[in-house]
Amino acid sequence: MKRNGKNPDDFHIEILDFNQDRDVYDGSLEENIINQVEEPSVIPAKPRPSRRRRAENLEDFQEEKLPPSPKEKARRKRNRQLTALTYGFVALFICMMAYLVYYNQVRARSFIRDPHNARLDSMAEHVVRGPVLDQNGHVLAETQTSDDGTMYRSYPYGSLFAHVVGYDSKGKAGLESAFNFELLTSHASFFEQIQNDLKSQKNPGDTVITSLDSDLQETAAAALGSSKGAVVAIEPDTGKILSMYSNPTFDPATVAANWDALTNDEDSALLNRVTQGAYAPGSTFKIVTALEYLRENGSDSNYAYDCNGSFTYSDTTIHCYNNTAHGMETLESSFANSCNASFVNIGLHLNASKYRDSAQELLFNRKLPCPFNAKKSRFDVDKNTGPGELMMTAMGQGNTQISPYHLALIGCAVANDGLLMKPYLVTEIQNDRQKTVKKYSPKSYRELMSSDEAAVLQRYMRSVVTSGTGQALNTSMYTAACKTGTAEYSSDKTKSHSLFVGYANAEHPDIVVAVVVENADQSGVSAVSIAKSLFDAYYSK
Amino acid sequence: MTNLIIHFSKYVIIVLMIFYTLYSFLVFTYDDEERQASLYRKQNVLTLLFHFICFLVIYLEEPKIETIYFYGAQVVFFLAAIILYTTLYPRIARVILNHMLMLLSIGLVMITRLRFEQGIRQFVFMVLALAVSLIVPVIVRKVRSLAELRLIYGIVGVVSLLAVLVAGGISNGAKLGFTIGPVNIQPSEFVKLLFVFFVASSLYKKRDFRNVCITTIVAAAHVLILVISRDLGAALIIFVVYLVMLYCATGKFVYPLAGLAAGSIAAFGAYHLFSHVQARVIAWKDPIASYDEQGYQVAQSLFAIGTGGWFGMGLCQGMPETIPVATSDFIFSALCEEMGIFFGLCLILICLSCYMMFLNVAMKFRSVFYKLVALGLGTCYIAQTFLNIGGVIKFIPSTGVTLPLVSYGGSSLISTMVMFAIVQGLYLLREDEERIIEKKRQKSR
Repeated sequence: MKRNGKNPDDFHIEILDFNQDRDVYDGSLEENIINQVEEPSVIPAKPRPSRRRRAENLEDFQEEKLPPSPKEKARRKRNRQLTALTYGFVALFICMMAYLVYYNQVRARSFIRDPHNARLDSMAEHVVRGPVLDQNGHVLAETQTSDDGTMYRSYPYGSLFAHVVGYDSKGKAGLESAFNFELLTSHASFFEQIQNDLKSQKNPGDTVITSLDSDLQETAAAALGSSKGAVVAIEPDTGKILSMYSNPTFDPATVAANWDALTNDEDSALLNRVTQGAYAPGSTFKIVTALEYLRENGSDSNYAYDCNGSFTYSDTTIHCYNNTAHGMETLESSFANSCNASFVNIGLHLNASKYRDSAQELLFNRKLPCPFNAKKSRFDVDKNTGPGELMMTAMGQGNTQISPYHLALIGCAVANDGLLMKPYLVTEIQNDRQKTVKKYSPKSYRELMSSDEAAVLQRYMRSVVTSGTGQALNTSMYTAACKTGTAEYSSDKTKSHSLFVGYANAEHPDIVVAVVVENADQSGVSAVSIAKSLFDAYYSK
Repeated sequence: MTNLIIHFSKYVIIVLMIFYTLYSFLVFTYDDEERQASLYRKQNVLTLLFHFICFLVIYLEEPKIETIYFYGAQVVFFLAAIILYTTLYPRIARVILNHMLMLLSIGLVMITRLRFEQGIRQFVFMVLALAVSLIVPVIVRKVRSLAELRLIYGIVGVVSLLAVLVAGGISNGAKLGFTIGPVNIQPSEFVKLLFVFFVASSLYKKRDFRNVCITTIVAAAHVLILVISRDLGAALIIFVVYLVMLYCATGKFVYPLAGLAAGSIAAFGAYHLFSHVQARVIAWKDPIASYDEQGYQVAQSLFAIGTGGWFGMGLCQGMPETIPVATSDFIFSALCEEMGIFFGLCLILICLSCYMMFLNVAMKFRSVFYKLVALGLGTCYIAQTFLNIGGVIKFIPSTGVTLPLVSYGGSSLISTMVMFAIVQGLYLLREDEERIIEKKRQKSR
């Protein structure tokens, strides 16, 4: 089958060859079919003619061999692979286009906020950074023009919202960082933008409206006073964050000027203790231990414990607070009394790996849903943990660490029948004329526990207020439910932080509050009293 | 007023682009040649309109007299290309020609906006490439011995790749080409075309096991040399092109399957052996985490696309100059940033439409050789487009290939324009083929 490349008729021969060669190829189905169709006329009766001769005969071959319909069929068969390939590449490109759309619609917003993105800074050249408001329209941050025409960022509440609203210098923090893009985007009317362009003026940036309540925030700051600590309040059925206060604080307007002092500050004033603080949970962790007991034993009906004020296992002895002997207790009264002995007793009998699963379902060792970067809480117990560590963990000491924010999330899940709503701070973005650009609505995050389990914990937390360590909250104004805690944080057993998580009203929870007061033993300020100030303020409106 | 035009222009550009894209798919539904022709003319008008608006904005942003001259020269070029092609080859595939011009104009606009002097260089190459590409269809149509040059294709391909490996200059850690005077030549861009011809000439007659083996060894040599030169993109393209051509030539699914298996093992090995392969994967996994090193390019690219959003920042309003190699490998991100993702999606569709036209030509051929050539070129084009766009939007790890016809780069530009011209030649040839068959049928009747 050699051929002469220079023969002008070679093109025709090639067509012929194509069909004849089919006989030679050990073939796929496709070729067999072609041969079947073409058989009668393909094979010449006489010996193979010369090249020249074959070329002359081509036309007859073409016509008879391939009547239109089978020809079309054969062509389709022949092109089967090509068709498949085309579809394959088209599908691949559709996936790629879908990914581009997905990136822009879902991922881009958070991606482009990255401080490395130089484009955000350049947006400030064309847009006046928009204001941040609280839920009642009070201004938390805004851009003002000084007499000499320079623009500066002003924070009317001074240091009150320093951590949550953040600052707009030195790398930015808080909402100023998280919503930088929105604040520097203008949705002013087209006409207004044109006017501004013509006048070479900057366009007004959008307004960020938060769920924060300045009254509640002021209450939190006043109640905490000079104590170091953190207060956070969240609506459990929506996830709206109403208050987030961390002390010590700083003036966000002068961050750049005081940068060195702030970064070298011993008390780490720049640290948002709500989301970045890591504390031993103390007795508040008994919520987790009680939940794990319920999961492993089905119910609390068989639980009874006689507390004599301490619990000893091998060489470890754990004391109840003030060595109080609580006597005969159920699980509910152990919880209400915050009886260490009883909970250590429970902890010793827990399945360590299931305990770890439950803790992780409650978001320990997990990334927390949070508008900012929140610290992961820590829970170390696993199947290799010894009894001593297990006992300490069950009552909230040991290596376990939690942020006030995470404590509040656990409170939210209990209050909202097990379902955690995704916490959020910004409810709406408006343009400069109060026209809504975007609304953020409540979204559920995940069910941290079943509603039955939540119901039992709700009952326990309610009895803390009615008959246990939270009786300071027992008032006719609202029905609170809570868990208190005292966490030792050093080898000196007298030094302790005071913790609180709770909500009101018990029947229909409106607000969850979590509080941590550092060194409460010295200041005498207890977390429960701060929580009371917040509940009082919330319900006296 | 200036601001108004600049703001308004981005929406106009998107509308023009959407119409252009719609037409390129709509034309398939028309049977009437008159109507088709009118649609093609409309596409040309849209291209020139798009081109005009973009240059108007570039001029308004920075009023330079050079911009006007340059614009004028480009308009002359586009008109000349349309007139020359359509008078020399009246039966040409107009869709392919129109797409080529549209892609060229998009590239020219963005390159000029980013770096004026690169724009001029690109334009010079374009004129050169047009001159070359105008004679290509004649060669394809008239030179019948193209199928017999298998030995030459193979040897020239391997030798020129070897030459780069031995004597080539290093850029960005990869050996890509030679610098002769002011011009940097990347032989791999042309070897891709030669390779397609090599495989087609090798497989169109004999597809027995022995011949497949020989062809595979030569193909593997191509890929290996490219991998050693660290030209991963070209290596991948040649690999894919070979598998596709082999599959379609033999109809046996085992071959590409075995190829894919071998490729996967090779990729796995390469990942563990070469740090530059790992770097691409690290950057792909999390460009922000590796921002200071590997992830920088991709992160900048994603910043650009994300900040631009659906409608873009407007031409000359973004910061595409912060993207590394924005005029060549990352030009798609620069386009998305300033002209918007809608524009980017249309651009992808135009590329896809080119590919479908290529494959359409391949399907209608009865001659196996030409069928394989059309198929190979189409695969080469679409694979490169996929690697480029997929890489810059972080759909796949980036491999450092150009976006054909749009990216800055003389070798890439000339080889792609030649590729388009070859397909035009094949298109004409296929019409010849059809006419011969038709004529003979009538005669015998």
